[in-house]
Amino acid sequence: MSLWLVFVGAGLLTFITRFSFIALAGRHCLPAWFVALLPCVPVAALTALVAPDLLLVAGNLSVGTDNPRFWAGLVAIGVAAWRRSVLLTISSGFAVLWVLRFLSGG
Amino acid sequence: MGSRTAAFWLGVRALLPMHLGVMPFGVIYGIVALQSGIPPLAAVMMSSVVFAGSAQFLLAQLVGVGAPALLMIGATGLVNLRHLLYSASVAPMLERLPWRWKLLLSYLLTDEAYAAAIPHLLAAPASPFAHWILFGAGFALWAGWQLATLAGVLLGAGLPADWPLDFALPLTFIAIVVPLLTDRRRIGVALFAGAIAVVLAGLPYKLGLFCAAMGGLLLARLWPEKVVP
Repeated sequence: MSLWLVFVGAGLLTFITRFSFIALAGRHCLPAWFVALLPCVPVAALTALVAPDLLLVAGNLSVGTDNPRFWAGLVAIGVAAWRRSVLLTISSGFAVLWVLRFLSGG
Repeated sequence: MGSRTAAFWLGVRALLPMHLGVMPFGVIYGIVALQSGIPPLAAVMMSSVVFAGSAQFLLAQLVGVGAPALLMIGATGLVNLRHLLYSASVAPMLERLPWRWKLLLSYLLTDEAYAAAIPHLLAAPASPFAHWILFGAGFALWAGWQLATLAGVLLGAGLPADWPLDFALPLTFIAIVVPLLTDRRRIGVALFAGAIAVVLAGLPYKLGLFCAAMGGLLLARLWPEKVVP
């Protein structure tokens, strides 16, 4: 059945993407400038994941009262910088989100 | 990180808070998959065969509109491009492992597992048990994702959709990224990548995400690292 073929194809492609550099490492020397960039991958990739969640409301940039996630995210960033605790960061972010939603009658 | 079990549980614990956000996401995937006409068994199996949240959502939508098979596979490849970066990022730490470990950890390498494990891997790259951290995080996410998918398929649309629990994911990523912003260069890279991601958020197949990460790395390449004396 072609649906299964699609799943297997998509699964293989996903796997190959994740395996790519892991398979190469140790067999081919990666250039030094490339290896030097790797510590920046989490910073660049994870920030790119988060930023649209905080700054966009239905696809539009918003940092006003209609975007409680932006303010909750700001507080979470402050808490993360201050305490470096995952649990404290998540709970402070949720607390702000819920308070703002409550205040706006949502 | 004294032993492999300690390392494994470190990975599991680092991932656990993300389940708050991943579980609803997995449940919704199960519901969307059924609505697109994917049979229940296939919908559940997709979570272990493909095992990539956003790609699975996209696949379910494309199946629903009857897209051609090659387009569906190609779209999955585009959505998952960012995993190339994760692969490159962890590759040096897994270099000496046997192939079965490399295969297993590649299969488990998701946004969440990568995010949960990478601060620990960067802190102790030479630890003989570092791969157990990634395995713990990867396995914890895998198990939660399978359960959530199953719940979505079994419970169907009878679940409340208005809980903002998905916000747990960006919050956890914030908790992981902020401590990594140790100098101006990294803060600059983060701000630049974040700005590109926001500007390009409208691009299909999450391409904006990949471009943003690449843009951040380009800035890092151009911005010389301060040598600590």
